[in-house]
Amino acid sequence: MPELTYLQAISDGLRTEMRRDKRVFIIGEDVGVYGGAFKVTLGFQEEFGHWRVIDAPLAETAIVGACTGAAIMGMRPVAEMQFADFISCAWDQLVTVAAKQRYRAGTPVPITVRLPSGGGFSGGPFHSQNPESSFAHIPGLKCVCPATPEDAKGLLISAIEDPNPVLYFEHKHLYRRIKAEVPEERYTVPLGKARVHREGDDVSVITWGAMVYTAEEAAQQLDGDGASVEILDLRTVMPWDKAAVLESARKTSKVLVLHEDTRTGGFGAEIAATIGEEAFEDLDAPVKRIAAPDTPVPFSPPLEKAFIPQVDDVVAGLRELVAY
Amino acid sequence: MATTEAIDVVMPQMGVSVSEGTITKWLKEQGEHVEADEPLLEISTDKVDTEVPSPGSGVLTEILVQEGATVDVGTKLAVIGGEAAEPTSGSEPQAREAPPEPATQAAADASMAAASEGVGDVAPSSQADSAPPREAAGATSNGKTFVSPVVAKIASEHGVDPSQVTGTGRGGRVTKKDILGFIESGAQAPPETPAPAPPPAQPPEPAPAPQPQAAPPPAPAPAAAPATAAQAAPSQPGESFEPMTAMRKGIAEHMRRSLDTSAHVTSAIEVDMSKVTAIRTKLKKEYQENYGVNPTYLIFVARAAAETLREYPWVNGEIRGDQIVTRGYVNLGFAVELQDGKGLIVPVVKNAETLNLLGLAKAVTDIAQRARDKNLLPDEVQGGTFTITNPGGYGTFHGTPVISQPQAAILGTYAVVKRPWVVQDDMGEDVIAIRPIMNLTLTYDHRLVDGALAGRFLRDLREKLETWDEAAY
Repeated sequence: MPELTYLQAISDGLRTEMRRDKRVFIIGEDVGVYGGAFKVTLGFQEEFGHWRVIDAPLAETAIVGACTGAAIMGMRPVAEMQFADFISCAWDQLVTVAAKQRYRAGTPVPITVRLPSGGGFSGGPFHSQNPESSFAHIPGLKCVCPATPEDAKGLLISAIEDPNPVLYFEHKHLYRRIKAEVPEERYTVPLGKARVHREGDDVSVITWGAMVYTAEEAAQQLDGDGASVEILDLRTVMPWDKAAVLESARKTSKVLVLHEDTRTGGFGAEIAATIGEEAFEDLDAPVKRIAAPDTPVPFSPPLEKAFIPQVDDVVAGLRELVAY
Repeated sequence: MATTEAIDVVMPQMGVSVSEGTITKWLKEQGEHVEADEPLLEISTDKVDTEVPSPGSGVLTEILVQEGATVDVGTKLAVIGGEAAEPTSGSEPQAREAPPEPATQAAADASMAAASEGVGDVAPSSQADSAPPREAAGATSNGKTFVSPVVAKIASEHGVDPSQVTGTGRGGRVTKKDILGFIESGAQAPPETPAPAPPPAQPPEPAPAPQPQAAPPPAPAPAAAPATAAQAAPSQPGESFEPMTAMRKGIAEHMRRSLDTSAHVTSAIEVDMSKVTAIRTKLKKEYQENYGVNPTYLIFVARAAAETLREYPWVNGEIRGDQIVTRGYVNLGFAVELQDGKGLIVPVVKNAETLNLLGLAKAVTDIAQRARDKNLLPDEVQGGTFTITNPGGYGTFHGTPVISQPQAAILGTYAVVKRPWVVQDDMGEDVIAIRPIMNLTLTYDHRLVDGALAGRFLRDLREKLETWDEAAY
């Protein structure tokens, strides 16, 4: 198996589907000649031509609107937002039109919107957000947040295959930092299925995206304390794998929900509430959340570091739960 | 290292005769800063509820005795400032030399309903003494050690009492690991079923293992249960249960003991309150405007009783051993119902014989208000020589109160009711008039006070009320 970066795995997944299925095309700002702001679609225009790798104007509404129309007409569009933050411009097309079309008219809208998201590189408030909870809240939309190269490929293919609008949050900080073996052949990773990233008995971390790695580092430190930490990588925030979360919660009875998004109304709140409702009798400690504070993402590197949950924060949280 | 020296907070001596106190509430949490003299905790003794001010400024480093626990006077309750003390050293509540007292005085102290505590926590008094105090964390604000849902579930499935398990969690909390380890090690108490605790007498089903909707977690069986649970009848459908407060227990014990001690006899007399009513109407405005107090019928009766008692020292007396105690003063106790209607306390107006009507009105108003607000000083519920109870507020016209031990008598005042009354007119003829009549009862200990004496006392008391001499009082 070749070793691919997280970014290469996304390219690989997209390329695989575009080669396999003529209905799949990619549209976005600078995805063609330039190969995308992060070079995910580098070489795509050469291979697939400018009708399947479309450079769009700076108009997210138009991009998502075009995808929605094309999907209704039977295509399998993939839209790229240059940064996930810009999705707000396309809110109406996505939330009002795409998410509700199937419900109103019975026509599926199989679009995939790729959203380079997350911080960690001083991108500031417009280029660092993790807006998955906003869309997880909208019935009719699915939200995918891969953490590993293998999942990045398999989940992207599932997203493109899915008959619903799927928001595919790819974490920018993982693009070139994370590298792992990825199967060459085409495969899918089912939406709504979590992955046990690490087995443990004493406390569970429920997380997704880049925070999986933060949790992993923290868990290694806890090993030194003699406490074993289980990490559940949700992989898909909507639909989310409630059964796996509850199973882990029942197993360890202590749960830390960790995400890079801001705290209030973050998707961790939904998870914590569900555990409280459905696994109350199996809890041995209050469910704990670690998330970013409720502010915009700061530019300043030290401030951004204070904003995004760090390994030390997670270690402290885990120790607190273990000691509870 | 902390910069300041640690200051110990100890269970204060609330009145000479009090040897122990129950912590009803910590007003500060461990780790919180507290200023000198800032209220730190609330305690309840068999005398009084009160706040304990902080003996110094600093961080409340350690709470050693939790809410609900009863410990001896002088027991270290918490540490302020300094470093967190080793839990082993100071934490053991040791019986400090509580000044031994004559039995009778001890009895006196347990005066009627004096045990006071807010509603709520059960204070498993004596047992709590020996239990090692837990730290604040992990224990909930009501002083009971927190049992997490999963621990409660496991405990119920295996019929284990979590309090038997050594906790390693925060503040000594029993964790899931602890209880599972306990069960695995077979340290489980002999298969005796968790004694049918009063509420839901459920057999400890061996519960099939992972049952998500297990039976409701059993309440962490109160350690105090055994004694009472032994005689408790099984619960019946439609019954509900609530724990007796320390005050309720105190009242119950005192009432029973009083009836077992004194030979209770009650005599009653009818008093024409016309004169008092007239004076009261006259004084009312002045008293309220100038002094903010109300000259109630009770005050008139109390004033007259204090005066009469000086002439009947035995009614104001006490049997102590084989001696009869009499005094040259009258300390009047007043039974005050607490606001929640679930208890009463008897604050005492000392040297009532030295107060005129206004002085007595002010004293009684003040002390009754503070009794309701739980702001009484310990000494203010002690040392009564005679008690007045006023159940007439609800219209009753007769009753047989229980004597507050070790006093000799208790006076009951009842509703003032307008009645057709036979009086003599100017011509010496009998006519029927409408008069405000109040019944008074004197319930006395016949061991000391004979019926004739009680009758004379009541007669003289009536005389004072019916011929109220404004100049004298």
